[in-house]
Amino acid sequence: MASLVGSRVERKEDKRFLTGKGRYTADINLANQTYAIFVRSPHARASIKKLNIDKALKSSGIVSILTGKEIADDKIGGLIAGWAIRSEDGTEMKCPGNPPLAKDNVNFVGDPVAVVIAESLAEAKEAAEKVEVDYKVLKAVTSTADAMNGDTIHEGIDKNLCFDWLLGDRQKVKEAFDKADKVISIDIINNRLIPNAMEPRACVADYNAASEEITLYTTSQNPHLSRLIMSAFGNVAPEHKLRVVAPDVGGGFGSKINVYNEDIVCSWAAKKINRAIKWVAERSESFLTDIHGRDHVTHAELAVTKDGKFLGFKNETIANLGAYARVFGTVTPTYLFGPCATGVYEIPAAYTNVKAVYTNTAPVDAYRGAGRPEATYTIERLVEKASMELGIDKTELRIKNFPTAFPFKQTLVHTVDSGDYVAGMEKAKQMADYKGFEARRKESEAKGKLRGIGVTSYFEACGIAPSAAVMSLGCGVGLWESAEVRFNPTGQVTVYTGSHSHGQSHQTTFAQIAADELGVPIENIDIVHGDTDKGTFGMGTYGSRSLAVGGIAIVNACKKIVEKGKRVTAKMLEANPEDVEFKDGEFIVSKSNKKKTIGEVAFACYLPGVRDEMKSPLPEGDEPGLKETSFYDPSNFSFPAGTHIAEVEIDPETGHVKLEKYTACDDFGRIINPMVVEGQVHGGLAQGIGQALYENAEYDETGQLMTGSYMDYTMPRADNFPEFNIGYTCTHATTNPLGVKGCGEAGAIAAPPTVMNAVIDALGGQEVTMPATAEKVWKACKNLKKSNAKAA
Amino acid sequence: MKDFNYHSVKDSKEASKLASSSSAFLAGGMTTIPSMKLGLATYKDLIDIKNIKKLSGIKVSGKSVTIGAATKHVEVSNSKDVKKAIPSLSSLAEGIGDPQVRNRGTIGGSIANNDPSADYPSACIALNATIHTNERKIEASKFFKGMFETALKKGELIEAIEFQIPEKSSYQKHPNPASRYAIVGVYVAKHKGDVNVAVTGAKSCVYNDKEMSKALSGNFSSSSIDGMDLDSSEMNSDMHASAEFRASLVVTQAKKAVDAC
Ligand SMILES: Cc1cc2nc3c(=O)[nH]c(=O)nc-3n(C[C@H](O)[C@H](O)[C@H](O)COP(=O)(O)OP(=O)(O)OC[C@H]3O[C@@H](n4cnc5c(N)ncnc54)[C@H](O)[C@@H]3O)c2cc1C
Repeated sequence: MASLVGSRVERKEDKRFLTGKGRYTADINLANQTYAIFVRSPHARASIKKLNIDKALKSSGIVSILTGKEIADDKIGGLIAGWAIRSEDGTEMKCPGNPPLAKDNVNFVGDPVAVVIAESLAEAKEAAEKVEVDYKVLKAVTSTADAMNGDTIHEGIDKNLCFDWLLGDRQKVKEAFDKADKVISIDIINNRLIPNAMEPRACVADYNAASEEITLYTTSQNPHLSRLIMSAFGNVAPEHKLRVVAPDVGGGFGSKINVYNEDIVCSWAAKKINRAIKWVAERSESFLTDIHGRDHVTHAELAVTKDGKFLGFKNETIANLGAYARVFGTVTPTYLFGPCATGVYEIPAAYTNVKAVYTNTAPVDAYRGAGRPEATYTIERLVEKASMELGIDKTELRIKNFPTAFPFKQTLVHTVDSGDYVAGMEKAKQMADYKGFEARRKESEAKGKLRGIGVTSYFEACGIAPSAAVMSLGCGVGLWESAEVRFNPTGQVTVYTGSHSHGQSHQTTFAQIAADELGVPIENIDIVHGDTDKGTFGMGTYGSRSLAVGGIAIVNACKKIVEKGKRVTAKMLEANPEDVEFKDGEFIVSKSNKKKTIGEVAFACYLPGVRDEMKSPLPEGDEPGLKETSFYDPSNFSFPAGTHIAEVEIDPETGHVKLEKYTACDDFGRIINPMVVEGQVHGGLAQGIGQALYENAEYDETGQLMTGSYMDYTMPRADNFPEFNIGYTCTHATTNPLGVKGCGEAGAIAAPPTVMNAVIDALGGQEVTMPATAEKVWKACKNLKKSNAKAA
Repeated sequence: MKDFNYHSVKDSKEASKLASSSSAFLAGGMTTIPSMKLGLATYKDLIDIKNIKKLSGIKVSGKSVTIGAATKHVEVSNSKDVKKAIPSLSSLAEGIGDPQVRNRGTIGGSIANNDPSADYPSACIALNATIHTNERKIEASKFFKGMFETALKKGELIEAIEFQIPEKSSYQKHPNPASRYAIVGVYVAKHKGDVNVAVTGAKSCVYNDKEMSKALSGNFSSSSIDGMDLDSSEMNSDMHASAEFRASLVVTQAKKAVDAC
């Protein structure tokens, strides 16, 4: 049987999606359901003096109106940060309470203060407008850079500082800098982004008074984790009385990791009113209240010798957490950021210091790449600047500092098991026709245009990750993953995975893996996920962990099935289990023609007897049935890497940046389905290029979101991109049996510095901040013209 | 969105009879529906004019192109007649928003709305258009009054827009990357005798830039406006573009338009 792993198997989920048969949360309608509308703060920072619902209660169709007071009275817990970070001075991070409905204070525009539940959506909306809230408006803190100087937002949190964290050794870095021939320094901003999943968030909560069970359908990337948080911290219901279902989910990018206010409020309220409640975000609510991403202000320095050897690296960053610290809010700018900030280079001494600040803006949390795009942007912009200042070719300078051997003990935390960064660089250069750039630059010049080329070499730590490692760093849970492989008596297979697919194609790729492991046709394998009632537990999907962690759990569970199959076959065919081999779905007794198919074995496991004989196919100690579970805890992160090269052409008269060419050469280890990987790369690149050239979340000084719709927030479109030139090198991960690394975030990690390096190259080294909008680039072109004129 | 009454009418008379201070005509709905959804506008009655036969279609005579008010952007961009008579008008229509917007939005709706960054108003000014309503004919230069303001009276219905065919013309827009409306759009049209340089997006309302028109009427070459330093004091300034940038773009886009003629 030909192996399915490695081939472009068409997506099993596409039939459903392309024929409009997907079943998303908003598609779910329950009998007798009510509709919720949230009353949200129009102010970025205010205290609530009075909240009056009398008028609203008289509105037609009202079922209930609940406020922060009721939720506090019922002792429902708030939203939490999932990762405890300690400051350099040893003190623990400071997190404010984050009640699901604000009672006393609101801290960003969109912070909910009440929920209006009515018989129809229109009635809920009408009544919501009649809820009167008397706010005392306070001065908002909105700027990342100045947050520490602003008014104190949360009582007791001095300077609005959650933590002041250090990774690395300041003294060693100082010594390295003392020895340097040259210090390259850079001030950069990692612009704030809004994830914009295609499907806005939604939830439907139901209560069964007889079983006292709450069922919550919600747009989540990790239903079990949501249940755990809502139960353990939210006090909504004990875990066995709370079922969380995340059906088809239309994109997440990290924005659907969090348990949100609406999940908790609707679940709690459904029980209170003893009816189902439906809430679907409008797009403008998504802009305001989904978690946002990035938002760093960084000063970084690189100490170098004159021939281009890197000696030391400093990174001083202020990271904006927004109004509250959420699930991955505190780890994103620390352990997902700091360790990767030294990039793919051997740098003997390094440190990253992060001050995480609160502001009166939407909470900032993990968004595709989470910390690693910010890290890669920092080091790769710095290296590119070093190449300009040292006059060393940008690719040569990088190669000079690549690790020479693997495993590569990276400066701060990680030991990278495998890779070949030079091969990736060489292949990328060839794919991009790096040599031919100068001729293309001249052609552009002849048309009055400026052409630039930019390079990024990245690695990232994903497949998060070993439980002992992440829990030692403050994570509240272990990041293993589970799988259950269940055979039916007639030989089809159901695989439950604790990962969650919201665009990642698990239904196909996971089935490819199981088909190869079990020798069962892919049509006979169903992948099940997204429902806490259907599997034991799962940690969910983020940090490019589905395949490298969840996929391996499937492999391990399949291996257990095969082991049992060998024992059963041996018993049935009166052979030694050690003499049974498994290949392409058949258990064969070696050196004989005796064999059983896996289907026959499954059948025998479920029907363990024969007529007229007292005989069981099951060896002693084996129980009937054929179902195996694996809880796989990886031994390390996985470390995809690669080199990307971009070329841009700038019209100096209008500042318009045209991305002419984009080359991505990635090492994702073994590839399960090239088509799916291409899709992941394309999507990641679109978001990464979006960050570099288009996307920006902007608040004004009063904390109003200026980019609250697609009229002002530039979502990139297909016509903004050239055809992507995608290629791979391949070194297998040595830390998992499939040899796989993650591919979901690479594009979003590598693209921003690649594109910006090209833009800045075209601009003769002049800095512009992301996104490189026409006006910023136009101004830089004017300066360039002036300085060229002066030089001439 | 608040509830409203929907009326579909067959002729202009019926439409204007139904019109009141709490009604709106509904053409493509690309502006009206979102503003109602966002609660920025509320109407008791929406009068759908798409089924008024007279309002649809494109007619070309020797001197002019007349487009029915309810004609969709996609129909203008695909029309062979328009492409032949005034190619720049067809490419303007092709550059509006996105396919969904072009498949719904209408020329009459665009002009009646008079968004300061809309594209069509510049075509009306540059191509000396005449706006035909159910009551009268209005010259384009007297039609656009200010930001979202036109010469239309309550209940007055645009029936068609008549564009004068120029010798040469071109429309060049620097789009807002998010919405794709014009940050600045410049429509240059060379007619017998004079040149119009209609500018949209730059100020609160579309206008004919007299200075550039004059320079180009003298010498129809981009060199005659190159380096022109326009007064930016009345230009729009927002997070997408400062007044200074817009002033520069007006000249740049005008030069591009002349070169493309
Ligand atoms: C996402 C998006 C992007 C867009 N991008 C662009 C762009 O790039 N460039 C651009 O120019 N425009 C753009 N538009 C606007 C669009 O092109 C429409 O032209 C515009 O929304 C109005 O046309 P409509 O037919 O949809 O009018 P409607 O929304 O139906 O009506 C608009 C107004 O005009 C009135 N009206 C309509 N027809 C008549 C008539 N015959 N007589 C009198 N009054 C009338 C209505 O009562 C209403 O007040 C965009 C719109 C959207 C939603």
